[in-house]
Amino acid sequence: MRVDLRDIYKTFGQVHANAGISLVIPSSTIQGILGENGAGKSTLMKILSGFILPDNGEIALDGTAVVIHSPADAIRRGIGMLHQDPLDFPPMKLVDNFILGREGSLFPDRRGAAREFRELASQFGFALDPDAYVDTLTVGERQQLEILRLLWLGARVLILDEPTTGISQPQKEKLFATLKTLASRGVTIIFVSHKLEDVEYLCSQVAVLRQGKLVGTASPPYETRSFVQMMFGREVSFGGRRSGVAGRPILSLERVCLEGVRLQIQDVTLDVHAGEVIGLAGMEGSGQAMFLSACGGLARPVAGKIGLDSRNVTGQSHHSFKRQGVVYLPAARLERGLVPGLTLTEHFVLSEGAGGFFIDRRAAAGLAAERIQTFNIKGTPTSTVESLSGGNQQRMLLALLRTPLSLILLEHPTRGLDIESTMYVWAKLKERCAQGTAIVFISADLDEILQYSDRVVVFFTGRVSPSLAAESLSVAELGELIGGKGWERFAGEAARA
Amino acid sequence: MRKARPLSALLQLAAVVVALALTTAVLVVTKAPPFQAYKNIVLGAVGSWDEISNVLVSWVPLLLVTAGLILTFTVGLWNIGIEGQIILGAIFTTWALRLLQSSGMHPAFIITASILAGMVGGALWAVLAGALKAFGGVNEIFGGLGLNFVATALNLWLIFGPWKRPGVASMSGTMPFPRALWLPTLTAQSRLSPSALIIAIVAILVVYFLIRGTYFGLRLKAVGRNANAAYLLGVPTWQYMMASFALCGVFAGLAGAIQVTSVYNRLIPAISSGYGYMGLMVAMIVNYQAALAAPVALFFAALNVGSIQLPIVLKLDSSLAGVLQGSLVLLVILGQGVRQRFFGKERPS
Repeated sequence: MRVDLRDIYKTFGQVHANAGISLVIPSSTIQGILGENGAGKSTLMKILSGFILPDNGEIALDGTAVVIHSPADAIRRGIGMLHQDPLDFPPMKLVDNFILGREGSLFPDRRGAAREFRELASQFGFALDPDAYVDTLTVGERQQLEILRLLWLGARVLILDEPTTGISQPQKEKLFATLKTLASRGVTIIFVSHKLEDVEYLCSQVAVLRQGKLVGTASPPYETRSFVQMMFGREVSFGGRRSGVAGRPILSLERVCLEGVRLQIQDVTLDVHAGEVIGLAGMEGSGQAMFLSACGGLARPVAGKIGLDSRNVTGQSHHSFKRQGVVYLPAARLERGLVPGLTLTEHFVLSEGAGGFFIDRRAAAGLAAERIQTFNIKGTPTSTVESLSGGNQQRMLLALLRTPLSLILLEHPTRGLDIESTMYVWAKLKERCAQGTAIVFISADLDEILQYSDRVVVFFTGRVSPSLAAESLSVAELGELIGGKGWERFAGEAARA
Repeated sequence: MRKARPLSALLQLAAVVVALALTTAVLVVTKAPPFQAYKNIVLGAVGSWDEISNVLVSWVPLLLVTAGLILTFTVGLWNIGIEGQIILGAIFTTWALRLLQSSGMHPAFIITASILAGMVGGALWAVLAGALKAFGGVNEIFGGLGLNFVATALNLWLIFGPWKRPGVASMSGTMPFPRALWLPTLTAQSRLSPSALIIAIVAILVVYFLIRGTYFGLRLKAVGRNANAAYLLGVPTWQYMMASFALCGVFAGLAGAIQVTSVYNRLIPAISSGYGYMGLMVAMIVNYQAALAAPVALFFAALNVGSIQLPIVLKLDSSLAGVLQGSLVLLVILGQGVRQRFFGKERPS
C-alpha cells in the first residue's frame, strides 16, 4: 500500500513535534525513519497509526485521503504498528493473544485461529507454538507473534518502532529477513530507529527528521557521515576503544555458583582489574543479570568466593559492597535507579549521605546546581526526576556517582538513548576508568560491547564463557556465541550449568 | 502546572459541599430535620466552654495518632495496626501505674514513668507488625489488623480477669486510680490536661520538621516512593521502615497513655475509642502533609463531640458524624484522583 503524508503538523504546547512533514512511501518499500530522541519520529508514527490526530495535514492511502481516528481504525485500513515494548498479555496463550484484536463474534473460533496461526508462522519460519504462554517467549519471539497478529488482521503497512532494541543478533537477522520477504509481497514497512547500521542494511529509502522537520532523504548507497550530519546538524565522531594497561585486581570471583529461578551458573572465575571495562553479552535472561547482581552483592552466591580489593566479601550485603566503592546502576532508571517525586537536589543529598541530623539546604542546592552544570542536565535543582527525559535521567544517575569509586556495574547503560547521549555517557564512564575505576556492564547492543569493552564475557542459558579480548572478536563471532554456537572451543575451560 | 493549587483548593471545597449534600440526603431519607441536626452538631461542639474543652480532649489523641501515621504513610506503609498500638499503650501505662501506685514515689514521677511505659508498649506492638512485614513477608495491613484483634482481646481479658474491680468485673473498666495519679487538668471537672495538649502539639511539630528538614525524613520519603532505588542509593530500607513503625507506635502509645492518665483514669474496654481509624482518615484527607493535620484533626474531633448531642436532642444515632467523615474522606481522595487524572499529575512536595 502506498502511503502519502502531506504537510503534517502537530504541536504540544510550545513544542512543534511535527512541522510540515511530507513524505511519499510507495508499496513494497522499506522506509527508514532516522532521528535522535525528540526529533518527532514517534509523533509522526502515532499520527499514522491513529493514536493522535494531526493539527493539520493529510494522510492518503493508495491515493485516497483518509482520517485515522484510532488504532482500531488504523488496522481496519491496513496500518499496523509494532511498539517498542510488545503490547501483549504475558499470562495468556499465544493463540488467545492472537485473536484478541479481532472483531468478531462472542465465541471466538480458537481452533481455526490456531490453524491459521500455524500456517502463517511456517511461512516465515517462526517456531511459535500457539498453545504456549506468552511469558515463556523472548522479546524477539514476542515481536514475531505481534507481526503475525498484525498481518493476520490484514496489515499492509507495518510500522516498527526501534524493533532491534533488546533482541539478539540471530533474532535480528531473522526479523530483517522477514521484513524483506514482506516487502517483496507488497507490504510497506516503516522502520523507525536511531541505529544507523540497521537502517543502512535494511532500508530501501531513508528519511531523516530533526526538530520536527524532514531534513533530508536518501537512497542506497548510503553514507554514514551524511546521516549523522543530518541528524545532529553537525558531524560527531565515535570515541575509540580505550586499551589501557589494567591495574591491580579490584573484583575477584573464585568458582562462584549462582542459582536463579530458571537457570544456574556454575564455577565462574574472573578477575576484574582497576581501569578495565568488561562487557557481558548474551540474550536477555541468559544469566548475565544475575551475574552482575552477584558482583554488586545484590544476589548471594550459593558457592564460591567473591573478593573486593583482596578482602573476602562473599555473602555480604550490597551496602557493604557500596562502602567499598561499588555502585550498581540499573537499566530501569525510574523504577530502580531514581525516586520519582523527589527533586534533583534531594537525590544529591541522599546519595552523598552526609552525616548530621538536619539537612543543610543551602549547601545541598549549591551542590545540585554545580553537578547539573557539570553533567549538562536539562533540569533545575527543584525539578523532579520524572520530569527529565531519558537521556537526562541517565546523566543524573552518572552525576549521582560519588568519588572515588572502585567498581561501577551497569545494566544497559545506553538503552533508549540517542547517539549524542550515548557518547556522553561513555565519555563520562571512560573518565572514571582513567581514574582507576573498573566497569562491568550488560548490553544487548553488540557494537556497544565490542566498542567499549576491553574484555567480553558471553552468557548462554547459564553457560559462561571465559573472558575474551574484545579486539580479537568480531560482531559475527560474538553473535554466534550469544546464539549458542561455537562453544566447543571452551570445552576445557567453561563448565556447563 | 503552577495553577494547580487553586484548582486543588476548589476540588477540596467541592468535596466538602458534596459530602454535606450526601449526609443531608441520609438525614432526609431517615426523616430527620437536617438543619436541626447540623445546628446541634455545631452547638454540641462549640456551644459552651465545656464542649470546646471536650473537643480538645478528643483532639489530643487524634492528633498524636495522625502524627505517627504520617510517618508510616511517608515510608509507604499502611499502619492499620494503630488501634492495637493505642490499646497496648494504654495497657502498659495501666500496668506501670498499678505497679507503682503504692510504691510511695512522687506522683509526678509515677505519671511520667507510666506514660513512658505506654510509649514503649505502643512501639513494641508496632515493631511487631513491622517485623512481620520486614522478615515474615506478612503484609502490614493484614498483620496490623490481626494484632488489633489480639490487642482488643488482651485488653478485655485484663479488664475482666487479672485487673478486674474488687468484687465484680464490669464493662466500665478497671478500678479508677487515685486522683493524685491523674494528669493535672485545667479545672477539677474538666478532663482537658494542658500538658497533654502541649505533648500533642509538640508531636505534630516534631513530625513536620522531621519530614521537612532532616536526613531521616528525606530517607523515609525516598523509601516510600521507591524502595528499590533508595536501597541502591544507599538507604538501609528495612531499617527505615521499622524506624517509622516504631516511632508511629510511640505516638500511638502516647495517645493510649493520655487516655488512661487524663481522660478515663482507668483502663476501659473501648480505650482506643476508634481514634486509630479516625487518624487514618485524617492522614489520608491531608494527603500525608503534617502542616494540615492539626486543623483537620480539630475539625474531625469537633464533629465527633458535636454529634454526641444528636441522640440526646433529636433521638438520632451519633454515627451520623461517621457518615459525614467517611463521605468527606472518600470525596477528598476522589478529588485528588480527579485532579491527577484530568489535570496532569502534579505532586505536592
